[in-house]
Amino acid sequence: MLRHSLTVLLVFLLLGCQSLSSSRSLFDELGGMPVIEKITDNFIDEISFDQQIVQHFKESDIDRFRAKLIEQICVEAGGPCTYSGDSMVDVHTKMNITEAEFNRTVDLLINAMNKAGVAHRTQNKLLARLAPMRADIIYR
Amino acid sequence: MKPLRIFAGITLGLLPVFTWAGEGKLQETAGVTQIEGSSGGGLVPWATLAGYDSRDEFSLSAFSTRVSVDDFRLYAFGAALGLFDRVELSVARQTFDLIDTPYEINQNIIGAKVRLYGDVVYSTWPQLSAGVQYKELQDDLLAELVGAEETDNGTDFYLAASKAHLGALFGYNLFWDLTLRGTKANQFGLLGYGGANNDSYEVMVEGSLAVFLGRKVALGMEYRQKPDNLAGLEEEDAMDVFVAYIPNKHFNLTAAWVDLGTIAGSDPQSGPYFSFTGYLW
Ligand code: HEM
Repeated sequence: MLRHSLTVLLVFLLLGCQSLSSSRSLFDELGGMPVIEKITDNFIDEISFDQQIVQHFKESDIDRFRAKLIEQICVEAGGPCTYSGDSMVDVHTKMNITEAEFNRTVDLLINAMNKAGVAHRTQNKLLARLAPMRADIIYR
Repeated sequence: MKPLRIFAGITLGLLPVFTWAGEGKLQETAGVTQIEGSSGGGLVPWATLAGYDSRDEFSLSAFSTRVSVDDFRLYAFGAALGLFDRVELSVARQTFDLIDTPYEINQNIIGAKVRLYGDVVYSTWPQLSAGVQYKELQDDLLAELVGAEETDNGTDFYLAASKAHLGALFGYNLFWDLTLRGTKANQFGLLGYGGANNDSYEVMVEGSLAVFLGRKVALGMEYRQKPDNLAGLEEEDAMDVFVAYIPNKHFNLTAAWVDLGTIAGSDPQSGPYFSFTGYLW
């Protein structure tokens, strides 16, 4: 019995993977600019309450950080923006961000998205677009 | 099984105390603990490493598992040390209880696993690990009875590849693992190693597939191919479907339905599986 249900489940999953591409852009799915701004503001809040991560931001211009991060999320989500900030490598060099701090920051971003009411599946899609930047950010 | 209960009690009791554990890894990326004490699913060791240590940290975790199939009970408990997200060292003890008979089989397992490449979430290619499980049979009577060639100890070698794909299945995170194991073990080693049918290492294919329904719950299934070494006693492959609940980086619970096939000539054996892993450090 178990053997049969496993086969059925496997076929279902494979079919699922085939039909991944949804027509709606991630930007729309997120809820456009207002939600991206909300995520970013929540994220800054989360960072400011995290004793460890906030250390990195002690001397940062938070208004600039906010503006550039909104642009970047917008671009990564396929929205109508251009990113005018510096490259990820340039920005995060000399910060010596550890792997643990990076993962902690991802948790904070997830909290920020939860508080902005972003659905779990939509969160995963945004995280998937940001994840490849990790190598440019940690241990530099 | 009193020692087990006491052990589980101690583990649970300690959890709130040790909340400054190695926690640098992303939640879920430590997997749960498979039946031989390695980080994995229920039956299959994955390329993941036990514990939430990032490359600057170390971790200590403990598990206990109970499988109740029709005519047998399998209990396992043990601990794993995670070093810098690179090495996993584990110890486990299995007790295989033949219900309605006076027999039980005990087996000790020492495991080691090294991450060779990658990160289960972040690298382009899957995370790749190599591991060994050295098994020492404490009760060899039944292994001798069924005609095992070797009844003292045996070693399994495995190579595992694991990958999580963020948002890959309708936005849900998808995880898969493929493991190749070189082994001579009969029924996980509980019935010794090798037999009249075959007495050399064979490569067995094991695999897992899971979907994360949210950040805390994973639904999955596993398949573990097994050798068929003993003459006249067919050994079948094992499989399971599981639900893992991973509420935080301190503990997780797994419930599964396991099908072990026929064991030493018995009727097909299937039944529930429960496992708990606590992360102490
Ligand atoms: C995928 C993850 C990340 C993304 C996409 C990201 C993105 C950005 C962006 C767009 C900026 C503004 C760039 C500019 O001013 O031109 C920025 C700045 C900054 N980021 Fe990140 N970042 C990430 C991870 C992290 C982590 C893990 C840390 C530290 C724990 C961090 C610390 C900072 C700091 C301190 C600044 C301000 C730099 C300054 O003062 O000029 N970032 N980041």
